[in-house]
Amino acid sequence: MSKPALPYKARDVVLPGDAACPGCPIPIAWKVLSAVFGDKMILVIPACCSSVVVGMYPGNSLKASVIHVPFASAAAVASGVAEALEKRGVSDVQVIAWAGDGGTADIGMASLSGAAERNHDFIYIMYDNEAYMNTGIQRSSSTPRGAWTTTTPILGKGEEKKDVARIMIAHGVPYVATASIGYVHDFYSKLVRASKIKGFKFISLHAPCPVGWRFDPRYTVRVARLAVETGLWILYEYYDGRIHLSGPSRPLLDASKRKPVEEYLKLQGRFKNVDEKLIKSIQEYVENNWEWVKRHM
Amino acid sequence: MGLKLVLTGNYSLAYAAKMARVNVVAAYPITPQTSVVEKLAELIEGGELDAVMIRVESEHSALAACFGAALAGARVFTATSSQGLLYMHEMVHWASRARIPIVMGIVTRTLGSPWNIWPDHTDYMDQRDTGWVMSFAVDNQEAFDLTLQAFKISEDPRVYLPVMVGIEGFILGHTTMPVEIPDQSVVDEWLGSRRQPYVIDGSDHLALGNLASPEDTEEFFMDIQNAMEEAKKVIAEVDREYSKIAGRPSMGLVECFKCEDAKYLAVSMGAWSGDLKEAILQLRDEGFDVGLARIRYYRPFPVEQLYERARGAKGVVVFDRAISFGSAGPIFLDTLASIARYSRKTPYVKNVVAGLGGVNITSEDFSKIIRKFVEEVESDDLVPFEWYHRRGG
Amino acid sequence: MRVVVEPSRFKIPVARPSIGVAGKTGSWRLERPVVDNNACTRCFLCEIHCPVNVIRVEPDTGVSINYDYCKGCGLCADVCPVGAIKMVPEE
Repeated sequence: MSKPALPYKARDVVLPGDAACPGCPIPIAWKVLSAVFGDKMILVIPACCSSVVVGMYPGNSLKASVIHVPFASAAAVASGVAEALEKRGVSDVQVIAWAGDGGTADIGMASLSGAAERNHDFIYIMYDNEAYMNTGIQRSSSTPRGAWTTTTPILGKGEEKKDVARIMIAHGVPYVATASIGYVHDFYSKLVRASKIKGFKFISLHAPCPVGWRFDPRYTVRVARLAVETGLWILYEYYDGRIHLSGPSRPLLDASKRKPVEEYLKLQGRFKNVDEKLIKSIQEYVENNWEWVKRHM
Repeated sequence: MGLKLVLTGNYSLAYAAKMARVNVVAAYPITPQTSVVEKLAELIEGGELDAVMIRVESEHSALAACFGAALAGARVFTATSSQGLLYMHEMVHWASRARIPIVMGIVTRTLGSPWNIWPDHTDYMDQRDTGWVMSFAVDNQEAFDLTLQAFKISEDPRVYLPVMVGIEGFILGHTTMPVEIPDQSVVDEWLGSRRQPYVIDGSDHLALGNLASPEDTEEFFMDIQNAMEEAKKVIAEVDREYSKIAGRPSMGLVECFKCEDAKYLAVSMGAWSGDLKEAILQLRDEGFDVGLARIRYYRPFPVEQLYERARGAKGVVVFDRAISFGSAGPIFLDTLASIARYSRKTPYVKNVVAGLGGVNITSEDFSKIIRKFVEEVESDDLVPFEWYHRRGG
Repeated sequence: MRVVVEPSRFKIPVARPSIGVAGKTGSWRLERPVVDNNACTRCFLCEIHCPVNVIRVEPDTGVSINYDYCKGCGLCADVCPVGAIKMVPEE
């Protein structure tokens, strides 16, 4: 029997024994990256969990290149790296800004917007674990409404989740996509498509965090899938001026096919105190997002 | 040999970057640096400089983009002032601690609040702990020379630290002076290809900046201090080699103006040193035995040179165009430390802080200050710290 | 646009790839995955999803796990479509 049609490169790059929490989605995502790019990638990483997952000097848990940078600067540093490599005629390595929601949607917003507007040639991946996890689960603009965090410990987050993918679409960049660690093959295809496009590409990767969302680490992929199956996280790509809905989300255009949001919420301790009012607002939120997607398809 | 142009200080910085054949420029405009960025954009878009210009959205991103480009193997240049320099302050530290060669021009301007666009050394001095080699020009020729040499110093394996070159905003930045520029072929031969300690371009698997233990971290920092010591030698060497191709005298870290065996020594840095020299010439005509040690390199601080110049003097007056609030002027503090390092007997050392916020100090002012200083020393009644302030031009 | 990489004597904060940067993370486990290779259909989902990359699926022999680094998260057990992996308490 011949070798299965799996990219074997994914075996070599993410090295065992890193400092991530058990069940962390970050190294899973890195395996997908390495399945596409092998060891030929430069990850520009601002302050986030990934800064420590890779371990301590003199060791590094990735057989690829990493540049650790200050919190607000990932997009700007990646811009510089990309321009320098292009000027030098180096084209066989992929520049990837790999940042959490904090370093992207909050403190990194300005440099993200600048890099997107100038259309530098690299991929920006925001892995969205919906809070400042590295510093101990504080609220970010990407935290969903009602979620417990240490800075919203009693009332839960009051504001709606900031939609960074839509902000990137509004910047008119060549490629924007949402992805999920629950659908790694879909993430893989999106990376492949992004790698073939010249210019600024943005991927928002849903990355459930067992520690911050309060669920058993074995359910990381299950929780991510439920986010999609309930219609809460919509998988799509945006290029050529419109939304292209991804496979797993396509059936859910029909609202009756979406699982009830409670199925997603009940697995997570951070939604322990969710009440009827919040569930109703979440359902409205889901409905509004789908309306927006439909209008732009 | 070369070309003689009439350039503003800002243009001198831009032309030096051009002659050094930088490949990536990432900069953000701010008064009084703006024309540096504009000139570079013109040189690049006009095809005179083969480089990429990244029109970043902030100064923090300017140095961040330069940092990324430098890591990936590009020779880079940027310039900023005041609030912009402070905005990129965390990147200033990040870059030197990553040991990556970068050159940056600082067109100095004071800090707010309140808003104020005029020059002093406050913004520049705010970077003195960062581990960047720091030089400061007295005129536009030196602005060009120091910036060009900065590339060579920064990329020397005995240094491998970024370098910043200061010039006063408006006073030098916007004032035209004749500047001699060497032939491009001569510069190419002297400067050579870019060198750096490591490159992140996919040719190897390197991780810059992984979390490090306290012990490892302190060892990294100790090596920055070691590099600063080495830099003193390298700076003098580069200055000597450059003086041969430029045909101008080599001055090293400190310019000695009539300072050999001077009974009274003035210490200063920057463009007002020109006015100070005028005052000194006038005073010498009247019989005062006074000289000037002008600081060209503030970091590494020329400890040995200043001690040599000061040890035989009866009195040293140190002029600062910045202040460390709650203490004294930075150059004064460094000077005093240099003298005290080697000798228990120090001469009278006075700190005169002046010209902050852009207050204009003339050679008459310097003359007045030095006369008073000499009187104080001779009557053993030194006022050790004075903020010389006046209103009106 | 030539760039010369010339290392210096200085200690510089550049790290290199290394297995086990956080030590033998197998010691973190409270439970360990146990695989029934007869039930296994060689679908590869466990290898794809293992966050520490310690699972290897070979078509003939099935699933093998490097227990030196397995953190016992249980993702493999949850992702297996045929329940061929069970989490059992670590002794």
